Amino acid sequence: MISAAVMRGIGTLTRTRAAFTAPLAVRCYSHAKVETDEEFDSRWVTYFSKPDLDTWELRKGMNTLIGYDLVPEPKILDSALRACRRLNDLASAIRILEAVKDKSGPHKEIYPYVIQELRPTLQELGISTPEELGIHKV
Amino acid sequence: MLHLTAGRVAGLLSRRGVAAFSTSGVKMASHGGVTEQTDMSVPLYCDRLDTPLPDRPYKDTLSAADKSLKQKEKGPWNSLSKEEKLALYRIMFNETYAEMKKPTGEWKTVVGGIFFFIGFTGLVVLWQRYYVYPPHPRTLDDEWQAMQVKRMLDMRVNPVEGFSAKWDYEKGQWK
Repeated sequence: MISAAVMRGIGTLTRTRAAFTAPLAVRCYSHAKVETDEEFDSRWVTYFSKPDLDTWELRKGMNTLIGYDLVPEPKILDSALRACRRLNDLASAIRILEAVKDKSGPHKEIYPYVIQELRPTLQELGISTPEELGIHKV
Repeated sequence: MLHLTAGRVAGLLSRRGVAAFSTSGVKMASHGGVTEQTDMSVPLYCDRLDTPLPDRPYKDTLSAADKSLKQKEKGPWNSLSKEEKLALYRIMFNETYAEMKKPTGEWKTVVGGIFFFIGFTGLVVLWQRYYVYPPHPRTLDDEWQAMQVKRMLDMRVNPVEGFSAKWDYEKGQWK
């Protein structure tokens, strides 16, 4: 024999249970616009393409880019290497290639792909890869 | 001991490539005076994997040969030889990425230190055994223990399932 109070209690319990099952479809995501990969790439290509980019901006851009959790696309790196050429800085160009190899981490296939994509630019500007200079090993 | 730890910490940091925070930048007042400090108000050079282009070139003062090489850098890079390109790299940077990532062998020091201190602790424990522990209680001698077991069996301690239950009273031996 179940008392009326207990029945009332059970009723509220089942009601709250139903309330919990309903909002599964609604997630608490931010409503900010997510930048697409293409937008990210073109933003960075534009950054390095600035004709009067100075050395500080090159360094800041490169260090920031390397700070991200990604390996930059060849087109961004191409833009950065051309910026190095405008600033007459070959050493930084080689350093950028070293940094790309380091960013790839355990994924050994990324760096050869990037070099392959950049080969025309490297030849045009006369940038040697770290392997060609022998500094890829101690 | 403080210097040793600071040196070890600096060694660990330079392994990560934070040369900017080397011991020369840390105030170590060893004999009442202050050792040479790096000027923290100007851009510093650092070898870091996550900072490919540091705030300033490695070599500040260039020799005449370096200067002429820098001039040549303004022209087409295809006309530079490998040695010249390497020289330009070394003017700008101290260690290459490969050199930064080189294993240090620090683990041997760590493991050696661990074994050393474990061994030292062993010596301390040994000394303690002879100089700290009170005399051996006689109740733990084999003779006393044998008499104790005999007494327990005579008393029929736990005769059903425990101690005396395991003793065969007819044969006078353990079951």
